[in-house]
Amino acid sequence: MKKFMNSADDFLKESLQGFGAAHQDIVNCHYDPNFITRATPTKEGKVALISGGGSGHEPMHGGLVGYGMLDAACPGFVFSSPTPDQMLAAAEKVDSGAGVLFIVKNYSGDVMNFQMAAEMMQGPNESVLTNDDVAVEDSSFTTGRRGVAATVVVEKIVGSLAEHGGSLQECKALGDKVNKNSGSMGVAFSSCTVPAAGKPNFDIGDDEMEFGVGIHGEPGRRRDKMKSAQEITNELLEAINEDLKPETNEEILLFVNGMGGTPLTELYLIFDNAKNMLDKKNIKISRSLVGNYCTSLEMQGASITLTKLDEELLKHWDSSVHTAAMRWGV
Amino acid sequence: MSVNFLIHRAKEIQAVIDANASEIEKLDQEIGDGDHIFNVQRGIKLVIELEAVIKDLPMSKALNQIAMKVLSGIGGSSGALFGTLFMTMAKGNDIDNGVDYKKAIEIFADGVEAVKQRGKADVGEKTMMDVLIPVSNCLKKGVDDNKDVKEILKEAIEVAEKGMFSTKDLLATKGRASFLGERAKGHIDPGARSSQLMIKTVCESVLNS
Repeated sequence: MKKFMNSADDFLKESLQGFGAAHQDIVNCHYDPNFITRATPTKEGKVALISGGGSGHEPMHGGLVGYGMLDAACPGFVFSSPTPDQMLAAAEKVDSGAGVLFIVKNYSGDVMNFQMAAEMMQGPNESVLTNDDVAVEDSSFTTGRRGVAATVVVEKIVGSLAEHGGSLQECKALGDKVNKNSGSMGVAFSSCTVPAAGKPNFDIGDDEMEFGVGIHGEPGRRRDKMKSAQEITNELLEAINEDLKPETNEEILLFVNGMGGTPLTELYLIFDNAKNMLDKKNIKISRSLVGNYCTSLEMQGASITLTKLDEELLKHWDSSVHTAAMRWGV
Repeated sequence: MSVNFLIHRAKEIQAVIDANASEIEKLDQEIGDGDHIFNVQRGIKLVIELEAVIKDLPMSKALNQIAMKVLSGIGGSSGALFGTLFMTMAKGNDIDNGVDYKKAIEIFADGVEAVKQRGKADVGEKTMMDVLIPVSNCLKKGVDDNKDVKEILKEAIEVAEKGMFSTKDLLATKGRASFLGERAKGHIDPGARSSQLMIKTVCESVLNS
């Protein structure tokens, strides 16, 4: 294992300290329990948005704390859910009386820990569960689909509504809507190494790719031989379209997300290839996002997310945002 | 069962888990994300470190401290599930006035039931519940049938092992392994293996005392 680290035990702490110091105009990092808040307190009467999850997906979620997005984020250990004490401490700090909306990715650990926090919490709270990964079959008998990159889109759009005075119920409803309007699928060329584990999460051959991979390196739909970028992109989009069923001329957000180890050069190439296919299908790319937002440590790979946009979603996507990882309109 | 008993069993469990760490890690890398062993090891270490704080506390308070420590210190599913187990055991009726083996079995069974609710997983879903639920049932039945405590514990060890091996050919429908579909078949669930080892350690320790 080659990583920038001093010890596995201090890995998260040192990274958080650096994040806090680098972005002190935007965030405050709190320790024991660990949580990140905005540098300025939540406006009175504004619904507080709190997300969280295992670390290793940066900039999600800490990098999405700030004006127009999250009020707080709770980072767990690498690839491990945060715990109720973090969520309760964060809620106490950012709840301004209008309630707390938890944004949770659908993994057993995250769901259980956020649930326990919600049970222990005194004030009004709701949760939005994201499960945009179309690689996994959804069924009431299983854990269900995973929450992946569309969580970033949910946090942007709901963050805007909360900033503009949306109520707790309205924010919850919009979050559910964005999640329902989104589909994602990823592919990995290489594995990733959890610092404490010291060796890669899975083995993969030089000529292989994991199709439908999760953001923790969980296996996906199948192991394939490498293909051209256009073929891979087409297959990802076909899987998403099959699930999302965008209509002809429907406006969508095309979000090409890097998993951490793929250069932007390749992400833009994927965007180009995705545009080729979407153009042919007369699906209109009205908004775009390209970059490393929902990562999986140093994994080489990428995911594509499509979100169907209506006027309401477009308005909240375009509104001002000022976080460490996303900034426009300010 | 005393607080001292809990601490000693935790130390024995630590030794057994450490001795089997690479096997559990390998099981998790096959069908999970590889962090289970670290969560378990961290949790046990945190409980043992509580010794000075809890050794003179009444049982309910000691169990509650263990619950909060496990919940906040482990994270992930393991933290929430084991936290729920101890939190429920801490609520056991009248446990500060002594816990005999019947009482210990009663609160353990209540804890397992709460874990089942929290994780929404039952027997047959390739999780640690394939060990915990049959063991809990076996212990309760042993008490109901007025069996000798040693006999009950011997049976529990066998039931735990059987439950652990049963996960091998199951499809996972809960937890990370559920994303694998058919590919999870043929692998023992790492959570089932670690909980089987814990149960075996505690039962054997009582049998040999």
